[in-house]
Amino acid sequence: MSQFQQNVELIQSEVIAAGIVRMTLNAPDIAAAAIPGQFVMVQTAPGLDPLLRRPFSIHQVSSEGFLQILFKVVGRGTERLAQCRAGEQLSLLGPLGNGFVLGESDHACLVGGGMGIAPMLFLASRLLQKSHEGVRPRVVLGARNHEELVPLMGDFLDVGIEVLAATDDGSFGHYGLVTDVLKTLNLTSQSTVYSCGPRPMMAAIHHLCQKKNIPCQVSVETVMACGMGACLGCAVPLKAGGYAHACSDGPVFEARELLWSL
Amino acid sequence: MEPVNVKMDELDLRVSIGSLKLQNPVMTASGTFGYAREFESYVHLQRLGALVVKGISLEPRAGNPPPRIFETACGMLNAIGLENVGVDRFISEKMPYLSTLGVPVIVNILGDSVEEYRQLAERLAEAPGVAAIEVNISCPNVKKGGVAFGTDPQMAATVTNAVKEGCQLPVIVKLSPNVTDVTLVARAVEEAGADAVSLINTLIGMAIDLKSRRPRLANVIGGLSGPAIKPVALRMVYQVAQAVSIPIIGIGGIASAEDAMEFMLAGACAVQVGTASFVNPRACEDVLDGMATYVREQKLESVRDLIGALRIG
Repeated sequence: MSQFQQNVELIQSEVIAAGIVRMTLNAPDIAAAAIPGQFVMVQTAPGLDPLLRRPFSIHQVSSEGFLQILFKVVGRGTERLAQCRAGEQLSLLGPLGNGFVLGESDHACLVGGGMGIAPMLFLASRLLQKSHEGVRPRVVLGARNHEELVPLMGDFLDVGIEVLAATDDGSFGHYGLVTDVLKTLNLTSQSTVYSCGPRPMMAAIHHLCQKKNIPCQVSVETVMACGMGACLGCAVPLKAGGYAHACSDGPVFEARELLWSL
Repeated sequence: MEPVNVKMDELDLRVSIGSLKLQNPVMTASGTFGYAREFESYVHLQRLGALVVKGISLEPRAGNPPPRIFETACGMLNAIGLENVGVDRFISEKMPYLSTLGVPVIVNILGDSVEEYRQLAERLAEAPGVAAIEVNISCPNVKKGGVAFGTDPQMAATVTNAVKEGCQLPVIVKLSPNVTDVTLVARAVEEAGADAVSLINTLIGMAIDLKSRRPRLANVIGGLSGPAIKPVALRMVYQVAQAVSIPIIGIGGIASAEDAMEFMLAGACAVQVGTASFVNPRACEDVLDGMATYVREQKLESVRDLIGALRIG
């Protein structure tokens, strides 16, 4: 398992919707070692405040060694990061954590909500490479509204993957939840669902999959200090009791292993 | 991993903690470096002065419910709840790797009762490769209504005694800063036979989310660490250095060689790098390289020249 601590160049920072930023970094070592579902820890500013790095799912990697992250400005760390400009150096740690376990790609269904869309693009690209002629993974994406969702759909469409959309306000795609869309897909126990997004969304997907006996992997988001299994801050309650750690045991888990009714 | 590019050969960085000889004064702080293997991709572990591993109890502990951590100005609060694999699994699963590194391994121990501390010392004394024991006395004494051992000089002395009786290893007592006068506890553990003291453990703190009107930590309160606590730690090391004659290991917000050497001027003969390792996994090695560079540039005969060399007046 290769992990790197590197200063890398910020190639491009795009505000793709209000408060949502996509960053492209020149990080060939990390990009080459990464698998979908893994994350990087990014130092958001030099100095001691904000002190801790922030974890971001890897959104996309390119064969030229570029790596993309996607984030919403939610606090001091992401605010500072959003102010970084092309040409600046950023300190990255990664790739970290365990990614998705890729099953039979012809029956894959990917569900991303909000910033949980980030790892789904990387996953979709890898599944596409594995798939038999022409069979595309199905992708369901949800967001608050048209403005937040549409800019993120382009990359999926570019690689030839159709996106089923749902928005909270009905301004694009289905008016409602991604689970409504998921129910219409006639998934079977031969399918695999991969999901990342807000906890209530993943809980609903887990319950749906459990009823139909569909394998379901989720990527969880927690606060974390180190991202490498040292601080033990990122505890995730397990169904069997006790805790796993999002950084070193996850961030991808089999949904049935987690405790959903907190 | 970056290659080693600071020449150390001709420099004298050695320090002693009682009978424990270290190749240099830079250690990791318990609870911030896992069981060391987590950092093997980032740090040349064999270069460090000593490795202090995650606190160990007799039985495994699951730890507290989340949220367990919260970032504060130049620091962080944690209430991990002393999650650890327990002493048996530590010895069978973690020690074999640690023993291969050729660096002294200091095992931090914690318990709910004096008897537990004694048993832990006995178990670790039998385990090959353990160089010393660091006693975390910031834990609540269950039999005394949950008052932390470390806040009462008498209880701290009793625990120290028990650990000394339980093993022949050097015993370092890690002092809590959550007391009115840290020198009283320092003196008490020195009299009880401690070979050294390390300080400070985290300062108890709290953070609140105004929007939800809830505490930021599920445990409500937690330990504050990071650069924010450095001035408090430095003051306490200075005070303890005036009060005891056993070696002192400085801890608290050390993120650079400059920080580390300030602690040595205040009276510490070694240091531990803690929270900084979360941000910069290489932090302990960076501290070591910076210290070596300073010793060379200042033409010091030894890094020991810094210990207690604070100029006052």
